[in-house]
Amino acid sequence: MNNINERVVITGMGIVAPNAHGLEDYEQALRQGQSGIRHHAHLAEHKFACQVGGIPQNMDVIKHNYLSEEALLAMNEAMIYGAVAAIDCWQDAGLPAPGDAVDWDTGAIIGTGISGLDTIGDKLVPLTNGGRVRRLGSTMVEQVMASSSSANIGGILGLGGQVTTNSSACTTGTEAIANGYFTIKSGRSKRVMVGGTEGSSLYSWAGFDAMRVLSRAYNDQPEQASRPMSASAAGFVPGSGAGILMLESLSSAQQRGAHIYAEVLGVDVNCGGQRNGGSTTFPNPVGVQRCITAAINMAGIKGSDVDLINGHLTATMADPYEIKNWQRALGRNADDMPLINSTKSLVGHALGAAGGIECVAAVLQLDKGFVHGSINCEDVHEELLPYANSIVHKTQESSAKILAKASFGFGDVNACVVFKKFN
Amino acid sequence: MSEVFDKVKSIVSPYCKNQEALAAATDSTSFLDDLAVNSARLVDIVIDFEDEFDIEVSDEEADAIRTIGDAVKIINEKS
Repeated sequence: MNNINERVVITGMGIVAPNAHGLEDYEQALRQGQSGIRHHAHLAEHKFACQVGGIPQNMDVIKHNYLSEEALLAMNEAMIYGAVAAIDCWQDAGLPAPGDAVDWDTGAIIGTGISGLDTIGDKLVPLTNGGRVRRLGSTMVEQVMASSSSANIGGILGLGGQVTTNSSACTTGTEAIANGYFTIKSGRSKRVMVGGTEGSSLYSWAGFDAMRVLSRAYNDQPEQASRPMSASAAGFVPGSGAGILMLESLSSAQQRGAHIYAEVLGVDVNCGGQRNGGSTTFPNPVGVQRCITAAINMAGIKGSDVDLINGHLTATMADPYEIKNWQRALGRNADDMPLINSTKSLVGHALGAAGGIECVAAVLQLDKGFVHGSINCEDVHEELLPYANSIVHKTQESSAKILAKASFGFGDVNACVVFKKFN
Repeated sequence: MSEVFDKVKSIVSPYCKNQEALAAATDSTSFLDDLAVNSARLVDIVIDFEDEFDIEVSDEEADAIRTIGDAVKIINEKS
C-alpha cells in the first residue's frame, strides 16, 4: 500500500523568532534586515559578559491568543514558543481545526537543545533543595522531560503518528527535518511536523558566556552584536524561539490541493567523530564536507547547481572554516560560489531552534523569490575576501531554484538539507 | 453561597474545562466528573487552597476532596 519512495514537500510553516512572529512579519523582517537582538537588563544584573540576546517579543500577550489559561499553567517558555509555531504551521498547512479525532497520518519531531531549564532553575531545584518537594505540584515532569514540547504539541493538535524529540545541540532543528524526511520518504507517515524550539533561560546562556564564545563587545549596540562573516565577529549572540515546518508526501499534498512551498530534495546527518582536528566544540572538516556532499548526492544534483547557501555561520572564528568546507564540498572556485547569508545576523543563535528558524527563512526565500541581507559584515573577514562577491549584504530579488542549508553542533555533529523551489 | 465557596470557585476556574458547570456549581459539583478538571491537577488546586487560606492539607485529606463542598468543608475546618 505504501509507496516506499515518496517525494517530500513543505506545505506549512510557523515561526516565533526574536525579530518577528508569523510568516508575513518574518518575511518583512528578513527583507528589511530587522534585527531582533536587544539589550536585556536581567543579563546585566547577573553579570553576564554578553548582555544582548534574541528573545521573541510580545509573547506574553500573543500566547493568550493561542493557549488556554489551564494549558499555560503547565508550559514553560520553550513549550509556549513551540506550541504557537506549531499551531501557526498547522493552520498554514490548511489542515482542519483539531477536534476529538486523532490525526493518525501526522507525526511530530520537535527538537530542543536544552529543555525546560527555566522550570528547573526557577522551581524544581530551589523547591527540592528547600525540602518542599510537595510544593512542586503536578506540572514538573511534563515541563522538564526532554520531549516536553513535542508531547505538548501532539496533545494540542491530536497527532497520531510518531511524536518525539531529537537533540543534537545546534544541529537539532535541521536534523529534525532530515529525520522527518526519512519518515515520509519510507511511507510511514503522510505528514511530520519538524523543527526546533528553545527557551531563553539564563541558565542555558550562562554556560556559553563562561566559555567566552558569546559576543561581548556590543552591549551598547545590540543590533550590531551578531556579525557573521565579519572581521570584527567575536562570538555569537544567544537566541531563542521556534521554527516548525510541515513536511508532507507529495502525493498527499497534491491530493488535498495544499500550497507547496518547496521540495526537500536531499538530506544528510553525520558526525566527524571528534577526529582530524574535530572536538566536542570544533568540527572535523572532513565530516562537514562529507555531510554536504552526501545531501547533494541524495538530491541528485551537482555542487554547481546550488544557487543559495543559508549557512550555520554563527559569528565565531569558525565562520571562515565553514565557508571553505562549503567550497570544497560543492567543488567550486572561491569566486564562483552560490550566494551566502546568515539568518543569525538578524536573530542570533537560537541553539536547538536555530535549524528550524533558519530553515523557515530559507524556504521563504525560495518561495517568495528573495535573498535576505546578512547584516553587520561590511568588514568582511580577511579569509573570506576571496568569497566577497557571494556574501549578500542587502536583500535582493532572486530566481534561485536550489538552496542548501547546514547546521553544525557540539559533539562534532552535522546536518545538511537541500531545498528546491517547487514548480 | 459563602465567601469561601466563591473563593474556591475562582481558584478552581483556570483548571476547569467545563466553565458552564462551574458557573452553575453547587456543593455537590465534582471536580473531575462535572468540571472536567485533569485529575493530575488536583494537587495543584490543593496547593492553591493552602496558599489562599494559609492552611496545610495532608495528602490523606487532599485525597478525600472530590466536590466543591468537600473543599469548602475542609477549608472552614482549618481556617
